[in-house]
Amino acid sequence: MNFKHVTRLFCAAAMSLALGPGAQAQDKVVKIGVIMPMSGGTASIGAHAKAALEVAMDIINNAHPELGNLPLAKNAGLAGLGGAKIEAVFADNQGNPATGQNQALRLITEEKVAAVFGSYQSGVTLTSSAIAEKYGVPFLNSESVAANLTERGFKWFFRTTPIATDFAKIYVDFLADIKAQGAKTDSVAVVHDNTEYGTSVANTIAGAFKEKGRPIALDVAYPVNATDLQGQVLQLKDKKPDVVIMISYTSDAILFAKTMQSLDYKPAVLLADDAGYSDPSFTKAVGKISQGVFNRSSWVVGPPGSASAIIADMYKKKSGEEMDDTVARQMQGFFVLAEAIDRAGSTDPAKIQAALKATDLKPEQLMIGYKGVKFDDKGQNVLASGAIIQLQDGENYVSVWPKANAEKAPVLPYKGW
Amino acid sequence: MSFVLVQVIVGGLLLGAVYALFSSGLTLVWGMMNIVNFAHGDFVMLGMYVAYVVYTLMGGGPILGAPLATLVLATVGVVVYFALIRDIMKGPMLAQILGTFGLALLLRYSVFWWFGANFLSMPPNIVGGTYAFAGLRIEASRLLAGVVALLVTFGLHLLLTRTSLGSKMLAVAEDQTAAQLMGIRPDTMQAIAWAIAAGATGLAGALIANFFYIVPTVGETLGIVAFVTVSLGGFGSVPGALVAGLLIGVIESLSGYLIGAVYKDIVVYVLFLFFLWFRPQGLMGKM
Repeated sequence: MNFKHVTRLFCAAAMSLALGPGAQAQDKVVKIGVIMPMSGGTASIGAHAKAALEVAMDIINNAHPELGNLPLAKNAGLAGLGGAKIEAVFADNQGNPATGQNQALRLITEEKVAAVFGSYQSGVTLTSSAIAEKYGVPFLNSESVAANLTERGFKWFFRTTPIATDFAKIYVDFLADIKAQGAKTDSVAVVHDNTEYGTSVANTIAGAFKEKGRPIALDVAYPVNATDLQGQVLQLKDKKPDVVIMISYTSDAILFAKTMQSLDYKPAVLLADDAGYSDPSFTKAVGKISQGVFNRSSWVVGPPGSASAIIADMYKKKSGEEMDDTVARQMQGFFVLAEAIDRAGSTDPAKIQAALKATDLKPEQLMIGYKGVKFDDKGQNVLASGAIIQLQDGENYVSVWPKANAEKAPVLPYKGW
Repeated sequence: MSFVLVQVIVGGLLLGAVYALFSSGLTLVWGMMNIVNFAHGDFVMLGMYVAYVVYTLMGGGPILGAPLATLVLATVGVVVYFALIRDIMKGPMLAQILGTFGLALLLRYSVFWWFGANFLSMPPNIVGGTYAFAGLRIEASRLLAGVVALLVTFGLHLLLTRTSLGSKMLAVAEDQTAAQLMGIRPDTMQAIAWAIAAGATGLAGALIANFFYIVPTVGETLGIVAFVTVSLGGFGSVPGALVAGLLIGVIESLSGYLIGAVYKDIVVYVLFLFFLWFRPQGLMGKM
């Protein structure tokens, strides 16, 4: 039990006193358990996710006709449940798989949530979704990309995000494309931490390149939350790969950027696999010395007045941060879950599961650049897709690939500082 | 020997000096009053935030940030001593552990609440550059931290062995009652020890902030290293912490480069345990 738990207990006690026994009867509430890293090394992610889901709840629970086709925005609450409100019960996974598992158990057995949403780190999603599966409660994941999560034969697990295999293909195609334009992309190095996310994504990417007959030239693994990364950067400097693919959470991403500058190391192409590189605190802290880094994203702000632009504004007002790919995917996932509950017209887990299986959202009903949302038998969204973005000015990412919806052309080589 | 290997060793030495710098406060508190300060890593974190706030509000980089962080943390040290340590020292060992651990969480989550969970980084300043000669690259900020580490270690060693204040502090550490009979006030001496230890830790934080990211949980990452450094060097020995820090830095760098980063901690801890097996009091600790 730490300081925050105590505060939370007090808040809960104060709230139940203030609301009194009558309040709950008037407003029907659908509780969704949300497991996020609210403390520990990735706490910034949890804080951003909380702000994003609060915006999503505002959109669902109040009338927002300005958002057009976005399901649940038009009227207040869930029409299918007589205007019931969605309430997220936040739980801290501390970035720890065991804690995430305990929190899932608590949310399901004590808070009696209708569904569980989370849990950012692939390793934590792995353990917490196993509990939901055991208790027969729907678990929606919107941001963990380790491919094996949907290979476990689970019946209650649904994932809206594109996954490592999708992105690996995108990276292969993107590099082939810029090679055709004259960039050197022959030898590829993969740099990753030793978490579930780092190792599984690195394996998937290595597999995708091998399939094309171009095995990875160098694999650099490091322990997560490293105190020092000079050895790794020197290894890269020594072997001189053309392309370096970074699979890192925020803390290590920042330390890598600083170390690469101090050791004067620049690969021709630096390509990041989301995670730390999409955290706004990464761009604020070291964006200026990471100019030209490529990253993947499913999020592109639309023109002013579009649903995505309005939502980005609402998020900025709430959190003070620019909307990034991670929170956008989280919000989208939360909308998908709420839409399924609305269609189910019930908080019965089996009915929500059936509704999730029947989900069929079109691109114009989404706030993010997927081709739609439709789950296969494994619970994976088969219409998820992504694009490549680049941090050209060191402050804001712009979409550069595929060409069809690119704002700018990719700039090469990697500029750094 | 290749150039890269030289760079690895130089990098390891500088890293080790920094480890030594933020470990000296921990070893001092242990030597003075047999208390393991679990909030040590969070003192480093506070020092980093003080430096950051000073720089963003007033500018001046480490010239202003470092002395101010030293002062602020020295004050925090005295307050913590009188408000917490003095009382829990009378309690059982478990109370001491939980007391400083609770303090660690209080500091961490207070900063968390005030600054948020975002990662911060010092804006470019006068020690932001890198010296390059003969293919070797040395960051000015790490060099500064390394030099200060040597100075602090030397200064603390002189203070403890060559001054009457140091003798009084050691007398209290040796036998409180006897020291009291000689007219030395244990309370004052221990408060001074806390001020010095916390001040040195704050200084370390301010200097590390120049090349590391700043986040409320950074104390977790750095705290562990401090404990290993101090137990290898010998609890209570300031020069021991320096030697141990340098050793760990070089071993980490070399094994990280030659064998692979995921194995470097294994190498460090195997050597560490092996060494403690032969010499449980550490490099320069007393039995």
